[in-house]
Order: sequence, then structure tokens, then C-alpha cells
Amino acid sequence: MFYAKKTLNHIDMDVLTSNLEEIEIQLLLEGIYQYYGFDFRNYARSSLKRRIRKILTAEDLEHISALQDRILHNPDCFKRFLLSVTVNVTSMFRDPSFFLAFRHKVVPLLRTYPYVRLWHAGCSEGQEVYSMAILLQEEGLYDRCRIYATDTNELVLKHAKKAIYPLELMQQYTQLYQQAGGKHSFSEYYTAAYGSAILRSSLKDNIIFSQHNLATDRSFNEFHVIVCRNVLIYFNPTLQKQVHQLFHDSLCMFGILALGKQESLRLSPFQTEYEPIAKSEKIYRRLS
Amino acid sequence: MKPQLIVMGASLGGLIALSQLLQRLGPAFNIPIAIVQHRHRDSKDSVIDFLQRSTSLKVKEVEDQDKITNGWVYLAPANYHLLVEPGYFALSVDEPVSFARPSIDVLFESAAEVYGPATIGIILTGANHDGATGAVALKARGGTVIVQDPATAESAVMPEAVLTRNAADWIMPVPQIAEWLNRFSV
Repeated sequence: MFYAKKTLNHIDMDVLTSNLEEIEIQLLLEGIYQYYGFDFRNYARSSLKRRIRKILTAEDLEHISALQDRILHNPDCFKRFLLSVTVNVTSMFRDPSFFLAFRHKVVPLLRTYPYVRLWHAGCSEGQEVYSMAILLQEEGLYDRCRIYATDTNELVLKHAKKAIYPLELMQQYTQLYQQAGGKHSFSEYYTAAYGSAILRSSLKDNIIFSQHNLATDRSFNEFHVIVCRNVLIYFNPTLQKQVHQLFHDSLCMFGILALGKQESLRLSPFQTEYEPIAKSEKIYRRLS
Repeated sequence: MKPQLIVMGASLGGLIALSQLLQRLGPAFNIPIAIVQHRHRDSKDSVIDFLQRSTSLKVKEVEDQDKITNGWVYLAPANYHLLVEPGYFALSVDEPVSFARPSIDVLFESAAEVYGPATIGIILTGANHDGATGAVALKARGGTVIVQDPATAESAVMPEAVLTRNAADWIMPVPQIAEWLNRFSV
């Protein structure tokens, strides 16, 4: 919001600082886009600002313009920036009720296909992708599935490919796995070693990890299922609309779109072309 | 200046305080209210039902991109931060702030940035310090901060944390806060 002109006479320093920060952020994002090609200009400003301020503290800098200087002249600093603004902390079976609904409502539909392509957009460090792989394995579907797991950040993907997570999280994951309707003992899915939990390697068999940027890249295949949970909340309305277009372009007829619990199709230009199949879990099916 | 947004933060004992406050607001109260009430990440719709019983305003859990509309009371969903954008709400699943998600600091700071002096922030009962930093930020941007009188709070820690930071404009018991707010809604 700009109200500098009106308040200049009052020398309202807080308002002025706030505007200056806004200008600095715009310049920073523009510079990053032009130089590195990553487009954060349409990220939701409120949460992006918080993350940028955190980076400022971590880099021990006072002003965003100083951060801009460092990011543009030091690719390592940009890598750190990229990590800080794109990593979304999640867990295996986050929102277990979603996975439960997926098991009951989506799996029966998927059984009717000889071959299923899933796209997990914004997979971060892979926890939810592997959760899906476990679910599909337990339902006897995994062999005919291929999961394309994408993220904008290659470092995060490297981590995801390893399928190694801190051992101390397993207790929590076990609980969530059970709430999600897990059919076995969760400990069957990992081996503990040196304080880490290494996920069963067969889970990786049908997952393809690759870099894809929702803000700048296009559709790359046609899918039966697209899962994109708690990613759109980081985008502003313009970018959300654009990504909904991309999903629509990438989803086959009767394909499934799964969003985060507090997300909706409201900004999708194709809202009327979907029907909810698990409304409170935000699982939709494309009708036309 | 007529306030455009009221943000409230509450923790331990907050549900009772919130319902007491909401039930005293006039039926035509026309400033949108956004609430962070600390709660367990698995808590369900019962919080909404409970608050809805105390008011004729419409109470809802925020979905991403909800428009900020008069006559509504918005509650931060469990396990998400609630943030303010110009005219609408945004959410994030970023790590907890002040040990909390949703965090009162996050709501207050983002409201302060977008609505500045047109924001009223209210800190109610609670047993932690979330909200103090947010109240400081809100005051710095010209907003008004009201703190529940610690003597009347089930837990005085959270209101007192704001007072310690010198970030309060008013200290009042809950019924008086409601009365004070009603003046703006005519």
C-alpha cells in the first residue's frame, strides 16, 4: 500500500520506511527474475516479506537493497535465498484425513485405469510424495502408477530423492500414518541408521523427480491426478489463476485435482468444470 | 478514522473471553474481525460452532483468498498462519512463530503493514508471549492496541507481555472492550 505522498508533510517515518521496503522488494524480485530467471514477483506479498526479512537477519544485513547486491553478485547467496523462500516444511501424511479420503474416494476411480500418471506439484522434500507411494502400494496400485514429483528448487529435490528423514520424526509420522488409514506397521517402510530413517527403496521405483517452476514453466504431460497442497497459498491471485490454468491444461477428462485443506477452486477460471468428490478435503474431479 | 480491521489474539482461556466479547457486539457490527486463537493442530470445527453460538455475526474459518468483509468474524485455521493482504486473507504453513501456528504476531504484523492506523489489535488472556511483538509492530504503524485487563484474564501472561513492551493504548476488561468497539460501528 502506498500512502507516502499524503503523509510526507507529517514525516511519518514508519509509513515511509514501509514504502521503501516495498520498493526494495520489488527491485529485488525484478533483479532476480531478470538475472536468474526465477519469478517471485507474483508470490503472496505478506508471507514472502516475512521470509525475506528472515534472510536479512540470517545474512546479517540491514537493508533489502544490500541483500539485492549480494544476491546478484554472489550465486551462493542466491542459492540460500532460493532455499529460504521455496522450502515448505511438511510431514509424511500431513492432514491424514486427506490421505484417508484419497484412499476411499480416489483409489476406486484409479483402479479403472490400466496406467495412472500422477503429478505432485511443489513436492518440497518429498514427504507427501512418499506418503502417496505408500498408500498406492498398500492399495496394490503402485505398479501401474508413475508419480512425477516436481519442485522449483533443485536442492530440495536432491533431498527428496534421498528419502532420508530424521529418525525422531518417525513417531509422529507413525501416528499420522495410522490416522491416514495405513494398513501395516509404519516401521516396515523405513530402516533406522545413524539417527536417520531411510525409506524403503521400492517406494522410489515409480517416482520421477524433476525441476519444474509453476510460475514460469508450462504443462509437460497429461495426468490422471494432480496433487498440489499448500503451495498456491504462497501465490497472489494472478499467479494462482495462472497455475489453475496450467492444472486444467494438464489434467485429463475426469482427472483428479487435490488442493490443500484451506485452498479452493475459487480463483480457477474453470471452477464450474470440476465437481467435489471429497469437499472438506478439497479433492475435485474434472468433468469436461 | 473508522477502523477497517480488528485483529484479536487469544490463547489459554481465550474461547470464553472471545465469546464474551463477541456476544456484546451489536448485531449490526460492521468492522471485520480476524482472530488467532491458539489451539491444537487437530482441533475441528467445534471452535467455530462455539463462537458462532455467541454472536449473530457470521463466523468462519479462513480459507486462502477469503475477502475481508464487514459482518464477518474470521478464525485462523489450525496449523496455518493467518496473514492479511490488501482486502483479503492469505495463509502460510511456515514454521511456528513465537512457538505458535497460527501465531498472533504474524497476524498483527501483516495487518499493521496493510491497514496501518485503520487497524485495532486486541490481546486477550493467554499463558505465553505471542502477540507482544505484533502489538509493538501495530503500534509503530499507527494502529490502536487494546489489552485485556490482566486482573480479569484467566491467564495474565499474554496481556502483561504487551504492557511490558509499552505497546498498549488501552487496558480494559472484556465487556468494556466490546462497548468501546461498538462506538465505531454506527
